[in-house]
Amino acid sequence: MTRFFRTFPMIAALAVLLVFPMFGQIFYTELVAKTLILAIFAMSLDLLVGYTGLVSFGHAAYFGIAAYAIPLLTPAGAVNAIWWILPVSVLAAALAALLIGVFVLRTKGIYFIMVTLAFAQMAFFLFHDTDLGGGSDGIFLNSKPTVTVFGLEALTLENPTHIYYFVLALTVSVYLLLRWLLKTSFGHILIGIRSNEHRMVAMGYNTFHYKLAIFTIAGALAGLAGFLQVVLTGFVTPEMLAWHQSGNVLLVVILGGIGTLIGPVLGAFTFIALQEFAQGLVDRWQLVMGIFIILVVFALPGGLAAIPARLRRRLVKGADND
Amino acid sequence: MTERPGDVLLEARGLTRHFGGLAANSNVSMTLRRGEIHALLGPNGAGKSTFINMLSGDLPPSSGTILLKGDDVTALSAHRRSRIGIGRSFQRTNIFPTFSVQENCVLAAQSRQQQPGRIFRPPLQNEAVVARSHEVMALAGLNHCASQIAGTLSHGEQRQLEIAMVLATNPAVLLLDEPLAGMGAEESSRMVDLLARLRRDHAILLVEHDMDAVFALADVITVLVNGELLESGPPEQIKASPAVRSAYLGEDEGTDYA
Ligand SMILES: Nc1ncnc2c1ncn2[C@@H]1O[C@H](COP(=O)(O)OP(=O)(O)OP(=O)(O)O)[C@@H](O)[C@H]1O
Ligand SMILES: [Mg+2]
Repeated sequence: MTRFFRTFPMIAALAVLLVFPMFGQIFYTELVAKTLILAIFAMSLDLLVGYTGLVSFGHAAYFGIAAYAIPLLTPAGAVNAIWWILPVSVLAAALAALLIGVFVLRTKGIYFIMVTLAFAQMAFFLFHDTDLGGGSDGIFLNSKPTVTVFGLEALTLENPTHIYYFVLALTVSVYLLLRWLLKTSFGHILIGIRSNEHRMVAMGYNTFHYKLAIFTIAGALAGLAGFLQVVLTGFVTPEMLAWHQSGNVLLVVILGGIGTLIGPVLGAFTFIALQEFAQGLVDRWQLVMGIFIILVVFALPGGLAAIPARLRRRLVKGADND
Repeated sequence: MTERPGDVLLEARGLTRHFGGLAANSNVSMTLRRGEIHALLGPNGAGKSTFINMLSGDLPPSSGTILLKGDDVTALSAHRRSRIGIGRSFQRTNIFPTFSVQENCVLAAQSRQQQPGRIFRPPLQNEAVVARSHEVMALAGLNHCASQIAGTLSHGEQRQLEIAMVLATNPAVLLLDEPLAGMGAEESSRMVDLLARLRRDHAILLVEHDMDAVFALADVITVLVNGELLESGPPEQIKASPAVRSAYLGEDEGTDYA
């Protein structure tokens, strides 16, 4: 029964997402694609914040590094098959996370927050202040990657609807992959580290190795989100690595509910919807956003993902009173 | 290598630990043998937990040497000491409250089996590890609540789980920091039975304020006062020692020694 109540809304939501582009305008198709990309980005951060207890404030670095890998690694005008440019771009982000992780994971708590931010700022200024990636203006892609299967063009990533389905398929894949991963012993070890790292060490775990592994995986998935973002917009800017990007994705995770996988997805939809709504309403949209987030944090500890459990508890209590 | 009862497993030589100006341990030496329960007594703040923390690798000593089966392990990190057979329990219960009892034990046992392939399976599908979790739950008397969430256990059961988790890592040396603290009479006597059974295959260091349990179990007793070793010897000697009486036991004779 509870299993049904948990999976049914997800299947329904997926069905809506599948038929959505047939009814909505292109603007909305692109907006939802952007939301799903943010959801992947936020899920990757939640692996660190929610599951392992590592509050990274520099997660945009990996998002941006994968994005810059696309123009930097493809000679101008060349046609880029997605089968190599996607893995290479994700690998670039993973490698950056691995190298940075070796340093930052030696710190804890507030120091970890500060050094992850410092490394991300270094990456930001590397692209912002040098000509490496077009400086502060960024770079436009000459052409989108091609998706061919057995020599036939399967998707045209110039077409927003095709991009949408590509992004949707990857979002669902990432969600399922992480759901599996977190149920394995590896996932339990991560939760053990968040819950009580000292005890994990006393039981013989070299927690550094596990933290480095998940930091690298999270970096790779942030990279996947960055890659998709570039496929969607067709350009790369240093803003993708900026600290407020790291802050926004952290807000999405907190808004949705840390330590859950569905939380970051709900958080992404709420965040983008709020941004669109508030932006149209007032000039000071970030103020409206700030107030909403404060309300959620105070009124809904556990974030949006905790709403069903709260409702159920409320209903059970109501039934008991009858 | 086969070890017989009586073999020296762990040896501490002249361990000293300062916290700023405070000498929490001064030149403390001790030998732990397989088949022996060595009780460490002392008033609150005597430095008992500090001593255990140095043996387990949680705290580096300011000076002194720690040997395991003759090898110098003073510089090894805490997780490596656990892997070579030094297991410890904590004075303040240190379990994973959101996991079930069995998941706690499985997580502990899993640390001994880290082949890359194995950790990417659901924990309860790992037969060897699950088998070990059943063994230690049976030993610690937790079979009836294997699937209960650890955070919802009674205080006494949480203490039992604390011990089960240490045993799951197959240690040769057990460093137990007040395992009976806060237990009811029945739970307490079950734990005393368990420790008596564990004696045969392990070297046990027992920090405990429950004097009945200490005198029922201990083969050797060391008394620590203000971080200094006051006296060490068989229980009869400690009981009769004037130095121990005046410095420690005598303070509140006839009542709780702690
Ligand atoms: N991490 C630390 N930093 C500073 N001082 C400490 C630290 N750990 C212990 N101490 C001090 O060292 C002394 C010995 O403490 P310890 O916890 O080893 O005593 P104990 O014998 O275990 O006492 P109890 O019976 O209360 O558990 C105390 O004065 C304590 O305040
Ligand atoms: Mg103590």
